[in-house]
Amino acid sequence: MSPTRQQWFIEKGHVDRHYWRDLWRYRELFWFLAWRDILVRYKQTVAGVGWAIIRPAVTTLVFTVLFGRLGKLPSGGVPYPVLVLAAMAAWQMFATALGTATQSLVSNVSLVSKVYFPRMIIPCGSVGATLADFFITLVMCVGCMLFYGVRPSFSWLAVLPLSLLTLIVCLGPTLLISALTVQYRDFKHIVPFMVQIGGYITPVGFTSAIVPEQWRLLYACNPMVGVIDAFRWALYGAPLDMRVFGMSCLMAVVFMMVGVAYFRRTERGFADVI
Amino acid sequence: MSNVVIQAEKLTKSYQIQHASAWGKRSATGATLSELLHSAVLGWLKRKDTVERATSEEFHALRDVSFEIMDGEAVGIIGRNGAGKSTLLKILSRITEPSDGWAKVNGRVASLLEVGSGFHPELSGRENIFLNGSILGMTRAEIRTKLDEIVAFSGVEKFLDTPVKRYSSGMYVRLAFAVAAHLEPEILVVDEVLAVGDAEFQRKCLGKMEGVAKSGRTVIFVSHSMAAVRNLTTRCLLLDQGKLAFSGSTDEAIERYLGATSDATDRELASHRPKWAKPLIQSLRLTTPSGEPCSTIPLGGGFTIEMTFQSEKPIVRPNMGIVLQHPFIGIVANVNMWLTGYEPAGDGPWHTATMRCHVPDTAVLQGGYTLDVWLADGGKDLDAVQGYLNLHIDESDIYNSGRPPVPNYGVAFLKPRWEFLPDQS
Repeated sequence: MSPTRQQWFIEKGHVDRHYWRDLWRYRELFWFLAWRDILVRYKQTVAGVGWAIIRPAVTTLVFTVLFGRLGKLPSGGVPYPVLVLAAMAAWQMFATALGTATQSLVSNVSLVSKVYFPRMIIPCGSVGATLADFFITLVMCVGCMLFYGVRPSFSWLAVLPLSLLTLIVCLGPTLLISALTVQYRDFKHIVPFMVQIGGYITPVGFTSAIVPEQWRLLYACNPMVGVIDAFRWALYGAPLDMRVFGMSCLMAVVFMMVGVAYFRRTERGFADVI
Repeated sequence: MSNVVIQAEKLTKSYQIQHASAWGKRSATGATLSELLHSAVLGWLKRKDTVERATSEEFHALRDVSFEIMDGEAVGIIGRNGAGKSTLLKILSRITEPSDGWAKVNGRVASLLEVGSGFHPELSGRENIFLNGSILGMTRAEIRTKLDEIVAFSGVEKFLDTPVKRYSSGMYVRLAFAVAAHLEPEILVVDEVLAVGDAEFQRKCLGKMEGVAKSGRTVIFVSHSMAAVRNLTTRCLLLDQGKLAFSGSTDEAIERYLGATSDATDRELASHRPKWAKPLIQSLRLTTPSGEPCSTIPLGGGFTIEMTFQSEKPIVRPNMGIVLQHPFIGIVANVNMWLTGYEPAGDGPWHTATMRCHVPDTAVLQGGYTLDVWLADGGKDLDAVQGYLNLHIDESDIYNSGRPPVPNYGVAFLKPRWEFLPDQS
C-alpha cells in the first residue's frame, strides 16, 4: 500500500483533522461551482449579462432621486450617483450572497445527499459567484467617477483587500444561514425580508455621516457599514472613522466564526435532514 | 500481499422517525421553526417525556455491522430493499455519519451513488463533464486528459455543446455514467448504476466495471442483479434488516439471499400483502420439483410452490391461485386450482393445510419473474402475497442444438416439430 494514501476515520462526531486540507484539495470544485453559477445566472435571458449592469444602474438612479434629490441628504462632496455606486458593489454582493448562497445547500440536494466533499464548498462557491457582478459594478463606479470628474484618491489600491473583507463579511452569515436552512426552511422566507430591511439600515443610499456621533459604534455592528465606508474612502477619499471600521471588522470575524462553527457542527447531518 | 482497506466495526445508523401527532402531520426530516415551537409549547404544557414518546420512534437502518475489505478486492453488498445497503455505502463514502461504531478507510473513495447528480440542465455536455468530474473528485487536468475517452464512451459527440436539458434521458444517463466510469479512485463504490440505459450500454458499463476490478482497485458493488454481482465480485456481504447476515463467498451469499427470499417468515410476508388480505398464509416457498428450495430454474424446467395456511374460521372450499408476473410485461400466466378442476380431497372444512402447486414445465423465456400467490374460499378471496416469490429462469439448451432461445424476444418459447417436404414433382 502506498504511503500517500489518505486515511479516513469514520465515527460519530469525529473531528476530521483533514478537513481544511480536504477543503483545499477541492478548491477546483469551488471554482467550478462558482463558474457554474455565473454561467447559469443569465442563461436564457434576453438581456444576458446586461442584467449585471441594469440592476445596479437602476437602483443607483432610484436612490439618487429618492435620497439625493427628494430627501436632500448630504453627499459628502461627491456627485450623488458616485456616493451610491461606491456602496452598491459591496451591498449587492452581500444581498445576492444572502439571497442565493443561503439557499445553495437546499437547491443542491442531489449533491449533498449523493456525493461527498466538504459541504462548505457549496455556499462558498455561491458567494464566489457574486464576485463577477461585484467587479462589474465596481467598474461602473469608476466609470461614473471619471464621468463626473471625481479624482480617484491614492487609496484605491485598498480596493482589493477590501473586496476580500467583503467576501468574509458575506461568508459568515451565509454559512450560518445556509446550514440553518437545511434544517429550518423558515429562513427561505426570513432572508429576503432581512435583505430588504438591511437595504434601508445600511448606508447604501446615504453616507453613514448622517448617523449621530454617539450611535456610530453601535451602527457599525452591522459589518456592512464599515465595509461601505471603507469603499468610499478607498474610491474617492471620503473620511473613514477607524473605530467604525474596526468595529465592523470585529463583527465580521465574529459572524465568520459563528458561521463556520455552526456549519461544521451540523454539516455531518446534512444528508440526513435535507 | 493484501492489506485491509476498509475496516468497519459495529457500524450503526439510527433515525428518529416522527409520527403524526395530534397537532398535524410531521415529516420525518424537515422540521420547521413552527414545529419546534409546537413541541416546545407542548412540552411545557404536558411535560416533555409524554410528548416525545408520542411522536418519535427510533429506527435502525444499520445495526452493528462489522467487516473488513482487503486491497484489490471486489466485494458485493446484497440484500432486500431497505436492508441498509445504501446506508452502508453512504457511511463509507462519508455522506452521512454513523450513529455508533466506526470505520477506517484507507484510500480515496469515489461513490457512484447516482449517476448524474450534479448535472446542471442549462450547461452543455462538455461543461457538465468538467463540473461533474470535479464534483466526483477529479482534477481539471485529469478530466482534460480523459475528455476524449469520456466522450467516446458516452457516444454523445454530436451534442457536446448542447445544453443537457435537450438530451434524451438515455443520452443523459450515458454521459453521466461515462464521467463516473473514468474516475480513478483507490476505492470505487457503485450503487445500482447498471440499472440504466439499454442492454448494450449496460454490457459496456459492466465491462468497464470489470476492468476496474481487474486492475487491482477495490470495488464495492451493490446490485439487485445477481448475475452482475456474480460476474464482478468474489466476496459478498449479505445485509438483512440492517444487520450483517452473512459475509463470505459470492456464491454462498447469493444462495443464502435467494434462499431467504424463498423461505417465508411472517414479517416478510406481511409486507407483500395487499390491504384487504387477511394474514392466513403462514409460509410460502418455491422449490424444485423434487422439493429443494430454489429460486432459479433452467429454461423449460419445472417448479413447485408450497403454501401453508392457518385460519381461525375454517375454510370450506380452499382454492389456491398463482400469477406469474414479468416486471415489464405484467401478467404472463394466471392459473388456479378451481380453474383446472382440482377439488381438495377429504372432509372439510379445514383450519390448516399445506397446498402445493406443481408446474412440471415452464414455457416462459429466461429472465426474472415474480410469483403472486392467493388463497380463497370458493369465490371469496381471503389472502394474497404479491411479489414475494422470485423466480429466475436461466438459459439452457432446450432444443439440444447448442442455441438457446434469445431472451427479451417475446415472453414464451415454443417447442415445435418441423417438417420439410421437398417438392418432388
